[in-house]
Amino acid sequence: MTALPETTQRQLGLVIDLDTCVGCHACVISCKGWNTENYGAPLSDQDPYGADPSGTFLNRVHSYEVQPPDGAAQLVHFPKSCLHCHDAPCVTVCPTGASYKRTEDGIVLVNESDCIGCGLCAWACPYGARELDLAAGVMKKCTLCIDRIYNENLPEEDRVPACVRTCPAGARHFGDLGDPDSDVSKLVVERGGMDLMPEQGTRPVNKYLPPRLKDQIGTAPAAPMPDVTDQPGGFLGWLDKALEKL
Amino acid sequence: MHPAPSVILFSTLSGLGFGLLFWLGLGFPDVSGGVAFVFFAIAYSLAVGGLLASTFHLGHPERAIKAFSQWRTSWLSREGWAAVAALIVGAAFGAGLVYMDQRLAVLGWAASLLSLATVLATSMIYTQLRTVPRWNMPLTPVMYLAYALAGGALLAGQVKFAIGLLIVAGLVQIACWMLGDRALAGSGSTLATATGLGRRGAVRAFEPPHTGNNYLLREMVFVVGRKHAAKLRVIAIALAVVLPVALLMAPFHHVLAALAVLSHVAGVLTSRWLFFAEAEHVVGLYYGKR
Repeated sequence: MTALPETTQRQLGLVIDLDTCVGCHACVISCKGWNTENYGAPLSDQDPYGADPSGTFLNRVHSYEVQPPDGAAQLVHFPKSCLHCHDAPCVTVCPTGASYKRTEDGIVLVNESDCIGCGLCAWACPYGARELDLAAGVMKKCTLCIDRIYNENLPEEDRVPACVRTCPAGARHFGDLGDPDSDVSKLVVERGGMDLMPEQGTRPVNKYLPPRLKDQIGTAPAAPMPDVTDQPGGFLGWLDKALEKL
Repeated sequence: MHPAPSVILFSTLSGLGFGLLFWLGLGFPDVSGGVAFVFFAIAYSLAVGGLLASTFHLGHPERAIKAFSQWRTSWLSREGWAAVAALIVGAAFGAGLVYMDQRLAVLGWAASLLSLATVLATSMIYTQLRTVPRWNMPLTPVMYLAYALAGGALLAGQVKFAIGLLIVAGLVQIACWMLGDRALAGSGSTLATATGLGRRGAVRAFEPPHTGNNYLLREMVFVVGRKHAAKLRVIAIALAVVLPVALLMAPFHHVLAALAVLSHVAGVLTSRWLFFAEAEHVVGLYYGKR
């Protein structure tokens, strides 16, 4: 049933550190690698070596430039995947019950054998976390690597989502955000973790840690180059006048 | 949003079909026998044809029956129920008129009510989406209902009702465009809130996550054709409302009435194309495309 659970026993999710992410896209690749050959339909590509390649990904890394009112502009790499929202609009719009939020751990999943591929859940998601796989005709999304985190055939250190396991910068953290004493919850409190698009009313479980403020070096920023075209003399002056006359 | 032809055809045709069924259920026109058969055949081909067209955009149309299960939360599921109920009750009412010359008024009223419920459910599929501010307003269902009632009256030959309702639909349509143009700004969603980085400074999309196209861009960041939006709005209003009203005001002739219907359908198709093509999904913010 696509009604959302009132509460979930745990709220598993990710905490993504925008200060630490180096934008290497390793999480994108490891996510695609794991999820194309495990739970559910493979993540297909269309025309992968041709002129117009495209494909299904569950995790993508944007890059943004932030220009503070004073100081230098800053580049922020921004990984984005399903936020496993408390009030997930993608779940309630689903006509077949394929889209659901688990009561035991809060993970939002798609039962692919019930999905009719109408795409309405992808429309309902403000974050672009869902992509319809063109080969399988069903909706794909982050499962929080449900087939890793409970998988007792894997060594214990591998029982985290593939993106978290692979991140070389330690920018991705996995844990129970419903438990205020968990490492991830403490990290969110300590670093002022934030919601994306809170005005959409989705109450995301995943949190983003804002980039730390840059150190202020005690010197004034480099002065801009003097304007050479301002009242030029000599050869430049002659050239300027000659060009004006043309 | 991507203006998928199947969805545009569906909402236009089934809106007209259920609009006609609404008027037939109320006894406008009060027909029976062969004439009733023709009216009901038109209503059913439009409504059912539209519903079939809507399954063309599904990834797995063979599982469409499962869409009836989630009526408690999903407007798409409710639409399915309302449509099937309207068609069944309408068929029983129509069979009475066609084969037994009996007007089972209660069945007719139920069919009318269910037809309106179907159009309402269709419009709520779009209205409920906070992610598309242009759709997420109370006027969206009003517009869908107004077009269905006006188009239905036109097909049912109810000239007086049709003229009034066409004008109402036109006014609602213009109000939708005016409010819709301000909706994204009014939603409060910006690249700053999408990234949470707005407190730091001005945010600009620097590099997209992928160099090629993807499902999100194709489906929800449709921008082609918006440059002609103003012209298409004029065309939509002229064809859907102005020309049919003018034709209806002229002395009645079946050719003029047929022209009015064709013009109205072309106008509503244009309006529905704009409804999708102009709708801005907030995910476009992440791509710096808003």
